Amino acid sequence: MIPKRDKQNVGQRLLAAFRDAGGVEVAPDLLLPAESLLDLYGEDIRARAYVTADPIRGEMMLRPDFTVPVVQAHMQNGAEPARYCYLGEVFRKQDMGDTHPANPRDSEYLQAGFELFSRDPDADAELFALFHDLLLPLGLTAQIGDMGLLLDAVAALPLPDTRRDALMHQIWRPGRFRRLLTSFGEPSIPRSFPESDSPWAGLRSEDEMIRRMARLKSDAAVAPLAPVWSERLDRLFALQAPANEVAPMLYELAQDMPAIAPAVDRITARLRAIADRGIDLSGITFDASHGRTTLEYYDGFTFSFTADRAGWPPVASGGRYDALTRVLGKGREIPAVGGIIRPGLVAELEGAA
Amino acid sequence: MIRLGVPSKGRLMEQTFDWFADRGVTLSRSGSDREYAGRVEGADGVSLVLLSAGEIPRELAAGRIELGVTGTDLVREKLAGWRDLVAEVAPMGFGHADLIIAVPACWRDCSDLDDLAAIARDFREEHGFRLRIATKYHRLVRAWLSEHEVADYQLVDSQGATEGTVANQTAEAIADITSSGATLRANNLRILDEEPILRSQATLFANRAAMGPTMNAFLTQLGLT
Repeated sequence: MIPKRDKQNVGQRLLAAFRDAGGVEVAPDLLLPAESLLDLYGEDIRARAYVTADPIRGEMMLRPDFTVPVVQAHMQNGAEPARYCYLGEVFRKQDMGDTHPANPRDSEYLQAGFELFSRDPDADAELFALFHDLLLPLGLTAQIGDMGLLLDAVAALPLPDTRRDALMHQIWRPGRFRRLLTSFGEPSIPRSFPESDSPWAGLRSEDEMIRRMARLKSDAAVAPLAPVWSERLDRLFALQAPANEVAPMLYELAQDMPAIAPAVDRITARLRAIADRGIDLSGITFDASHGRTTLEYYDGFTFSFTADRAGWPPVASGGRYDALTRVLGKGREIPAVGGIIRPGLVAELEGAA
Repeated sequence: MIRLGVPSKGRLMEQTFDWFADRGVTLSRSGSDREYAGRVEGADGVSLVLLSAGEIPRELAAGRIELGVTGTDLVREKLAGWRDLVAEVAPMGFGHADLIIAVPACWRDCSDLDDLAAIARDFREEHGFRLRIATKYHRLVRAWLSEHEVADYQLVDSQGATEGTVANQTAEAIADITSSGATLRANNLRILDEEPILRSQATLFANRAAMGPTMNAFLTQLGLT
């Protein structure tokens, strides 16, 4: 068991490194308004937040993550470009299900993080290099991906809007995504809607139901998606290779799917920028589907650093979240990328070394 | 001493008494109907504790009773990591109920969970908040929906009269326990065409830490080993 003070010390060391990298330290509240912020997280964090009631401030939650409050503060009064860093606890319930795990995950732990708001295309490489160099002595496995690549590929499928939107929406839920894609490849079976003599009840209106039934009826007339498209998508989603070898593979895929060409250009430029910072790309795995397992607000570059320990979450993770700044900026937006390191895990690795 | 926790009233208590009587152990309430003390005849070293069915999982886990009769639904909902805390000694064959999701019967376009997932997505876009599912089984429902990759919903707490929440517009769907479905139909709700989240029945549970010779002797007497 590593004493909390030691974890705190590691956190302070990481925070100092983030300050040296130009980060302005910020300290978001521990208690955050749940109603306005909780909705921005994916189901995983949303279900695990500690929510409590305050007689005056309404429903509040214990900080489940830093990115959202940091983005919110920046969008309200930040200048650009901006670099922020922070250190503090986050709280996430760890429901163990049917049995108690031998090493339960902490429900309260430290995060040290860095967020970069900048229109400079080099921002991804700057952030990744910062994390990479800090973590280098720990011998972790680095993985990177790009959600934009997948989103562009899905958006370009020759599908009617309703089907495309449904797929885009489920991209973070692999099983549901797979079932939708499979069903789009098969001839539609017209739906029948049994009559009901029940009186209308509830907030969802009859009009909403009628519109959905009309959509389902017109959907039944859509021709199946040619198998070649789901094959291409499968190949893209399954792509995993050392980052120094991935460029030709991506360009080959882009020949069949021209819509991903801009994302591929972006990715190869990013890889060059990372290599230009002296990082050996052969030690990094590019996994096209990497972002599907990270936070749902990442919509571009994603990365994680993992230790070879069973049951451990990533020691560090991060990504690009341009859409989140759009939502929180109410009209304003700025490209943003950020990440966190878990000092507690770093302390354990250093303690074991 | 083995302390046996039994639901303190209603059919569940009577059926539990019958179940033990069939196995040669007579349980009874001592004194008046209002008194929560009990008597055990036909078994040595066993005492009866009458409790609300909802408290039995917690009392078992805390070791304040060694055996307890309650629904599988309550144990799984209330005890995180239940398998490590209590053992399912015997399903008792009564108190059957399914934990299900029900939607307004007027939703002609909603037959299964895929429909509900799609409707939830539309609902969120239309109304600006997530479709609400009223329940008191937060952990079980959340785990099941997460396993089935449903997003765009929120759970709202309902500790009673859950079937009424849709008509009162405090929820769009419910997740609750039902045996015959009569209450659901009376409230114009229809069960989703899916396997239940959980099939529950009254079950005899034992605190794992209390397993030992004394417990084994009693379970053997009941014909359970």
